Formats: sequence, C-alpha cells, structure tokens
Amino acid sequence: MRRSAFRRSRGDGPFRFASTGAGVVLLAIMAAIGVFLVVKAVPALQANTSHFLTELTWQPNATKPVFGIAALAFGTVLSSLLALLIATPVAIGVALFISHYAPRRLASVLGYVVDLLAAVPSVVYGLWGVTFLVPFMLGPSKFLNDYLGWIPLFGGDTVVGKSMLTASLVLAIMILPIIAAISREVFLQAPKMQEEAALALGATRWEMIRMSVLPFGRPGVISAAMLGLGRAMGETIAVALIFPATFKISFQILGPSGNSIAANIANGFGEATEVGRGALIASGLVLFVITLLVNMGARFVIARRKEYARAAA
Amino acid sequence: MTVQTGIQPISAARRAKDRFVQVLVYLAFALAVIPLLSVLWLVVKNGMGRFDMEFLTHSMRNIGARDAGGGAYHAIVGTLEQVLLASLIAVPIGLLTAVYLVEYGEGGRLSRTISFFVDVMTGVPSVVSGLFVLAFWILVLGMPFSGFAGALALSILMMPVVVRSAEEMLRLVPRELREASYALGVPKWRTIVKVVLPTAFTGIVTGVMLAVARVAGETAPLLLTVFITDSINVDPFNGPQMGLPLYVFDQAGRPTDTAIDRAWTGALTLILIVMLLNLVARLITWWRSPARRR
Repeated sequence: MRRSAFRRSRGDGPFRFASTGAGVVLLAIMAAIGVFLVVKAVPALQANTSHFLTELTWQPNATKPVFGIAALAFGTVLSSLLALLIATPVAIGVALFISHYAPRRLASVLGYVVDLLAAVPSVVYGLWGVTFLVPFMLGPSKFLNDYLGWIPLFGGDTVVGKSMLTASLVLAIMILPIIAAISREVFLQAPKMQEEAALALGATRWEMIRMSVLPFGRPGVISAAMLGLGRAMGETIAVALIFPATFKISFQILGPSGNSIAANIANGFGEATEVGRGALIASGLVLFVITLLVNMGARFVIARRKEYARAAA
Repeated sequence: MTVQTGIQPISAARRAKDRFVQVLVYLAFALAVIPLLSVLWLVVKNGMGRFDMEFLTHSMRNIGARDAGGGAYHAIVGTLEQVLLASLIAVPIGLLTAVYLVEYGEGGRLSRTISFFVDVMTGVPSVVSGLFVLAFWILVLGMPFSGFAGALALSILMMPVVVRSAEEMLRLVPRELREASYALGVPKWRTIVKVVLPTAFTGIVTGVMLAVARVAGETAPLLLTVFITDSINVDPFNGPQMGLPLYVFDQAGRPTDTAIDRAWTGALTLILIVMLLNLVARLITWWRSPARRR
C-alpha cells in the first residue's frame, strides 16, 4: 500500500528529505556526544600524572594534576545498585496493585499519582533530602548500626545522615515511577485467557499472579529495572546535595563517605580549571559509556519480546 | 476470588498466603506514596512563607549573603526563555523524525537504527548532555555561557521524548484516512501535512507539554551551560543566565536560613509550573479520548 501507484508530487521529495534528515540529525547528535567528550577529555587525561582508571583522588586543578575515576565509579555503581535493590520490590508491588488489585475505576487515577513522583524535579528531591531526610535518617541508621553492625554494610564507627544509604534512598524514590510504570504496562498485557484459566481451576489471586502474570512479565520487569539503574547512575543534582563528596572506596553505607560521577561533576564544576573541566568531561564520558551499555542492554531485552514494544515507549 | 465449585474450599494456608501478598501489595503502594506526600507537604509548607510579590518580581542583585528578601524573577525569566528555545529546536526535529519513522521508514535498516537510538537517547543522563554542550559549544566553538547553550542541552533531552510520543500518536491515525486521501489524488506529503498531522494534533501537543515539563525541572545541564547569576539577564544569547531549578540548587547550597527559605519557595514555584504543564497535558488527553482510559 505504501508504494502506491499515484503520481509523485513535487513536494514529496523535499518533505521526505527533511523528515529523513531529522532522523539522521538525531543519530549525528548521539555520535557527536561521544566524539566531543573524547576530544575534550584527551588533553586532560594526558596531563594526568596518575592512572585514570585506578586512581582514587580527584585533584585535577593542582599544578600536577592527579585524578582517577575509581572511587567515583565505585560510588556510582554502589548507590545505584542499592537504589535498585530498594526500589524494584516496591515498584513490582505498586505495578501489581494498579494492574491486578486496585478497583478498576481508581486504578488509572492511582497510576497517575505514582507517575507524579516522576514529575517532581530532581533538585526538589535534593532539597527535600538534605533538609528532611538527612536528619530523619540519623535515627534508623544508628539503629541499623547498633543491631546489625556485624553486617559489613552497616558497620563502621561513625554514623551520619549524609550517607550512601540516604542518597540511595532518594535515588530509589526517583527511579521507582519508571520501574513501576513499565512493569504495570507489562502486567496488564499478560494473557487474560491464562489468568482466567488459572482462576477457573481454583487458584487464589496470588497463585494466579505467580503462575501467569509474573512469568509473562519477568523480561519486562528486568528491562524496567535496568532502565531504572541507568537513570539512577545519571542522576545528579539530588545526590550532589546529599553525598559527603569524599574520594574513597568504602562499603560502610552508613558512614561519612560517598560520591558519584554525576555528583562530582555538579560539585566540582564551579572551581574547575581548564584541566579540571577536561577531567570532569572525561568522567562524564565514563558515565555516558556505562549508562549507554545499561540502556542498550535493557532495550535489547525488550526488543526480543514484540508485545512489550508499546509498554517501554 | 469467588470460585464456587462446591468441590473443596480453599485451604487456610493458601488463603492466608493470598491475604499476606495482598497486604504486601497494598503496603508497597502506600510506601510509594509516602515520599510524594512528604515532598509536596514540605514544599508547600516551607515555600508559602516567601511566596510573595517580591519573590516573583525581584532578582537577587544586591542581596547580601545574610539578607532576607530577594526573589527569583531572573530565574523565572531565564527558565521560560530556555525552555521556549529548547522547544523551538527539539519539537521540529522530533516531530519530523516521528513522521519519518511512521510514514517513510517502512521498517528499513535506517529507521530501525534511528528507532533504537531514540530509545537509547532517552537514557542519556542529563548531566552528560550538559557536558556535551559544554565541550562542543563552549569549549570547542568558544561560545559564551548563555541561556541558549542551556537550551541546546535541554533540547537534546527533549527530542527523544517528543519523537516517542508523536510517533505513538501518528500510529493511532487510522490507515483508512490516509488511503481516502491518496484515493483523491492527494500527494503523500500533503496527506501528512493536511490529514495525518491535524488528526494527531492534540496528542502531539500533549506529548510536547510532557516533554517540556520534564526538562523544565532539569538542573544539571543548566549548571554546566548557563552558569549562575544573581542579576536579571533577558538576553538568552549573551552571558550567564539563571534558571529556576538552578536557583533552588544555588540557594540550597548557601548556609543561611533565609537562603533555604528562598530555595523552598523556588521549589514551590517550579513544582507549580511543572505540575500545571502535566495537568493540562493530561486533561487534553482525557477530553480527547475517553475510550483510551483504562
């Protein structure tokens, strides 16, 4: 049908060209992001007197620049994984609530309420986190440290509010809506016939969900979680206000250490010299590559299941 | 579930398990709503204090470190200009790309590549788009920090959102409409411009507004491209500007209580703008297509 027999009009060529061109511009932008980050990162990396991938400290503004991505990358990965660990079970619960538990009439409104979580700007979460959540978390953190301190994650001698845990909690809140929204769409697409068959055979609601909804939705939930992970890694301002901005590797998530690539860019940009800016761009390049891989992985999982195509848009 | 088979009642253990999961699911939803309520409550409570005419009509020029007063006029003006410019760049490119994907792509390799990278582009961290504009526009081309540079960074974040929503709307346009137009001898491009786009118009507007709402709250890219100023600068092409998210970040980082108060009020103003955009967008979809409601 598309290649129909009608005579081509003179306007068709230019219009086709413009719309194709727009698509190509988009591809070019993606390529340009990579290229220009590399172009500006290389001089700084050459001025670096240490090894970029293994060095912990970040002093690119010194006369003998010393900087490395190790501590920052560690903080980025740890905080995002913690956020994912907290957010995914809750998000699956929220998605099930809206797809299979809430009254039909309320479901769409309640779904919108959860979507609103995503509409709150990240800087507002940062402000909320630093003025409310940081002092609030001091109590629970002390409790965890006192009673579960034998777990290395909760160990350590000093317990502060501005910790890895608090930052991860804010990240978890921020990525919850996207994981919940995609999981919800996938759960709604679970074959109705199977659900009804399970119920007809006498399954309880939970047994029906476990047998027909969850197995169907698993790949969708996995890719949703990966998209959430990518988002948590790139999240900047909220965590920039909360992280204590240290440069060390520590698994003690209640202690006064923690930083991420993105937070370091926001905090370090103001006083950065020429080399300093280059170093921040180099760290941004690392972040870009990591998030690109995570996102492409997530998209790959979705793309294999055609029926998910709409849910993930 | 009510399954009256008269064979055997569901055993107590299975019923208990079912109840238990139900409680967990309800709890998960409550858990998700608590932070939202907490954020909104604190923003309204702390933000109302300084939500006055001075805040909306004055900048931070000549406001000392410890002084009360001052406002976000410069930031509001900056945000409006930056978001408008970003939309002017992102909407045409995004819309045309969507047209390509739906009308011309025909499932070929280029269209599949573009489609894939649009998805990947939605995952580009906002701080990376800021770094890109910093590297390309400011460091390589030697342009100044400006509102326009910020708009460039925001437009990169907007494009994939516009493409995806517009694409979905264009696919909803019934094929019969196109075929009727072709049958009347209307060329393809005029069919798109006169039939397809007008049919999908409200849906596209909704998508654009959601995209605008998304980027209006972005801070990180502005920090790297617009820089920070306390004065009013209405020219988005020259010199540092301010943006509302940036204003909140800047004030939140200052150590005095008066600054924190201003940060809360800035946050309130920002949330009002973003929520308004969201609400209007949702209302448009709601009115247009009651059948699509779930």
